[in-house]
This record gives sequence, structure tokens and C-alpha cells, in this order.
Amino acid sequence: MHESMVVHATPTQYKSEVRDLSFYYGEFNALKNINMALHEKQVTALIGPSGCGKSTFLRCFNRMHDLYPGNRYMGEIILQPDNVNILASNVDPIEVRMRISMVFQKPNPFPKSIYENVAYGLRVRGVRQRAVLDEKVEEALRDAALWDEVKDRLNQLAFNLSGGQQQRLCIARALATDPEILLFDEPTSALDPIATASIEELITDLKDKVTILIVTHNMQQAARVSDYTAYMYLGELIEFGVTDTIFIKPKNKQTEDYITGRFG
Amino acid sequence: MSSTDKLHEIRAIIVRHKRWDLVFMAAGMFALMIAVLTFTVLFAQMIIDGMPRLSWDFFTSFPSRRPGSAGILSAWVGTSLVMLVTIVAAVPMGIGAGVYLEEYAPKNLVTEIIEINVTNLAGVPSIIYGLLALGLFVYQLGFGQSILSAGLALALLILPVVIVTTREAIRAIPVAIREGAYALGATKWQTVSDHLIPYAAAGILTGIIIGLARAIGETAPIITIGAMTFIAFLPPSLVQTEFPFLSFEWLTSPFTVMPIQMFNWVSRPEEAFQLNAAAAGLVLVVMTLAMNGLAIYLRYHMRKKIKW
Repeated sequence: MHESMVVHATPTQYKSEVRDLSFYYGEFNALKNINMALHEKQVTALIGPSGCGKSTFLRCFNRMHDLYPGNRYMGEIILQPDNVNILASNVDPIEVRMRISMVFQKPNPFPKSIYENVAYGLRVRGVRQRAVLDEKVEEALRDAALWDEVKDRLNQLAFNLSGGQQQRLCIARALATDPEILLFDEPTSALDPIATASIEELITDLKDKVTILIVTHNMQQAARVSDYTAYMYLGELIEFGVTDTIFIKPKNKQTEDYITGRFG
Repeated sequence: MSSTDKLHEIRAIIVRHKRWDLVFMAAGMFALMIAVLTFTVLFAQMIIDGMPRLSWDFFTSFPSRRPGSAGILSAWVGTSLVMLVTIVAAVPMGIGAGVYLEEYAPKNLVTEIIEINVTNLAGVPSIIYGLLALGLFVYQLGFGQSILSAGLALALLILPVVIVTTREAIRAIPVAIREGAYALGATKWQTVSDHLIPYAAAGILTGIIIGLARAIGETAPIITIGAMTFIAFLPPSLVQTEFPFLSFEWLTSPFTVMPIQMFNWVSRPEEAFQLNAAAAGLVLVVMTLAMNGLAIYLRYHMRKKIKW
């Protein structure tokens, strides 16, 4: 199957389409005219050398850049099924963040109990009934493959968990609100190989429920977990396609050099 | 040059250089001793002079012409009430201003000028706050020479300390925690009230207590707004038996505070009054040290569950 056929498949299976996206930190042009799509309930990986803009790109999807002054988006990220441009200035970034969750590079649990960490997204949405919270917390922890390890100590501080458990807790926290897209920003870069393997397995399991976009500096990881891969360099999208194609038969020389380790 | 010569040379250099370690250590120790010994001697003298005067009666008696039966009742009640007003006024204002500057204020020139000025305000001589309070609270707003005026004057005095420590405590919270909250769809206020203020609470509390420990010993602004030096009655009670059970009459009452009571006694010629002053000083120092101790304890205790 040729790569371009996949990318330009029927738009109904797209969860999101990125159109002519550029991004500026003040004067600095960090993303240049990016066009690609996220396929519904598939894992898309963003790879590329440090500073290529992959995290910047990821953080456009939940309007994280709006937290800091001087940042500017151009172009569109269309979210389906309602066909809304989430970068539009009349779309509240909070609304976007309520639909698209994020897991960060380093586990960042709140200094609260395990339960309260997972419940926080629901509390933000005004959920108060204990029964609803209990049910959602358990479901999210089960989906994050953490329930069995923590079910007897939900009221303990999240800091008492190991690094890998903390990251799975952060995934549960992001899942508890039933997001449409889950963003991962190098989620295993602070973890040991065993914890990394469990997170990767989790990501593969999660795509039944949610569309996933993951930034990773680890190419084997991209090859293992993703269905689609985008290679970025200096703020540009160099190549995007089915992961197998990108890794086995990249069209672009630059992509091939990076993937084979001759560069980056 | 043989290798033994070289070794001797190295050893000579080390000996010469280490002499400076010794010199600095001696000088540093001397400087430290001056500070510590001065305080120790002062404190010891105060204990020796004041201890015999400390008794239950000393705390429950009004000042008197006879040194033996004079006490600090009106002074410690006055100090407590003034501090109460100071806390009620300075804590919400200081935290509010600190949070606003750190989280809400746009990063521009005006904000920067305000920030620099807030920091500078902490260094303004306290008598200036006294003059401001005299003009503003006592006359302009008509609060009179009252507990309310004194409490507000001291609140102004410690406000910069509370603002600065609030900001520092909030700034110490990692960006990742903030972003974690925002990424879940929290508004600014939800992030501030659910995360930033609770996690910064230990630092903020420390700032408040250190500010109060400074305020409790302040004399100049209190004299400026006109505290009494001799007062033989208590302000009206805070609680009453009839609805609404709370009374605010005490706010407008004349008052005295601990440092002024001390100042009054020190300026008497009789030896016995000097001993009273030492005893009152001892109480004041213990109050201050206790507050600082509490600040250290709280910081330690509340930081225990927060690791970053």
C-alpha cells in the first residue's frame, strides 16, 4: 500500500486534520506549514531530532501554548466529528483541553491522594456525586493497568508510587474524563526499561478507546506502538505515513538517514 | 628536579594555602561569636532580671504606680487584639496581591514597577507607616487612636513580606504541576485555589508568621498613632451573651501593647520598674521566638508530603 493512499483516505476516519499549521514563539517560527491527519483510534507517533518542533506541535492540540504570552498559531487543526477548528480564537482553550487530554514527559502527579489525582479532571467538570467519582476513578485506573496495584491504598499520596506507577496514574488521570484524543509527550523518557515496556503495552491497548498522538525520541518505540509515523525536522513535517512504510521504505532520504541512525 | 623535590614543593604549597583556611575560619568564628554572644548575654541578663517578676499575677494585673503590683494585662491583651486585626487585614490582602502578581498580572512594565516597589516597601522605616496610618486611619477615616488603626498600620507594614513570600512560594511550584492542572481543563482560578495556594501554604504561612513576629515588637508606628502608655482597663469583650454574640466595639477602644509597656517602664527612674521591663521583654522575646519556632515547624511539617 502506498503511503499517500493511506494519508488521503476517506476523511470520515480522521479524528483530526492539521491544515497549513504554523506556530511562532514570539518571532521564532517553530512550526512551518504542517499538513497531516490523525486517524481515529490509531496511534500516531511524532519523531525527529531534539528541537525539531515535535513537542511544540503536540502542545498545539490542547492549546498549551495559550498559557504563555507571545505565542501565535496560524492555520487550522480540525477536530471531528463536529468539524471545529480548535485553534480558532473564538474556541476556548479550556474547552479544547476538556476534549483532548495530555500525559507529560515527567510524571507530574499532584501532591494529593491517588484517588484525588484521578478524580481531579472530573471535579473540574463539576462532578460531585461520590458514586460517580468512585466508578470513574476505578474505570480509569483499570484502563491504565494500575487498579490492582493501588486499589487498597487510594487515599495514600501519589508521590509514594514508583516512577512507572506515577506515569500510569497520570494516564489514568487523563483517561478519567473520556478524552477524544490522548496526547503523550515522551511519556517514557524518565522511566526505566521495565516501566517503559508497561507504558508501551498500555498505549497499544488504549487505542481501542481513544485516538493517540505520541511524541517520542525513541525510534524503536515509535515502531513498536504506532500505526502512523510523522518525521519532523527543523519545524517541518518531512514525511508522514504508515509506520511500517516509514521504517522500511521511507520515500525521503532525510527520513531514511534519521531512521537508520546516520543522522540525529 | 627530582620527584621528591617536587613532592616537597607541593606539600609546602598546600601548607601555605591551608593557612588561609585557618585564618578565615578564625575570623568567621569571631564574627559569629559576636552575634551569638551578644544575644545570649542580653537574653541571659533579661532572664536574670525579669524571671523573679514573672508570676501569674504579672499577667493578670493592670499597670500600677507600685512596681511590685504592676502587670502586663492590658499590654498583652492589646498586643493580641492588634495582632488579630493585623492578621485579618494582611493575610487575605497579601495572599491576594501575591497570587495576582504571580499568576494573573500581565508581564509588562507597569507590573514590573509594581513588583520592584513591593519589594522596596519591605525596607521602608516603620515610623513612616505610623505617619501614614496617623493621617489615613486615625484622622481621614476617623478610626481614632484605636486597636483598629494600630492593627491596620502593622498590616501595611507586613504586607510586603506576605506578598513577597507568597510569590516565592508559588514560584517554587514546578511548571509541570501547573500545566498538569491546566491540561485537565482547569481554569486559572481552579488551578490557583485547588493547587497553587494549597501547595504554597507552608511557605505563605512562614511568611505570615515571620511578618507577625516583626510586627509584634514594633513600637514606632504604634506610638505615632497614639497608643496609651498607661492604661488600666481592658477593651470591650469580643463575645457577648446576646445575639449576635460577637461584638466589634473593641476595635475602637484605646489600647497599649507590650513594647510600649516596656518603653514606659524603662523610662521610669525606679529600679523596680526596670525589672518589670525586663520581665515584659522576656515575655515578648519568648512570644517572638515561639512564633518563629512555629513557622519552622509548619514549614517542615507541611513540606513533608510535597517532594519536588
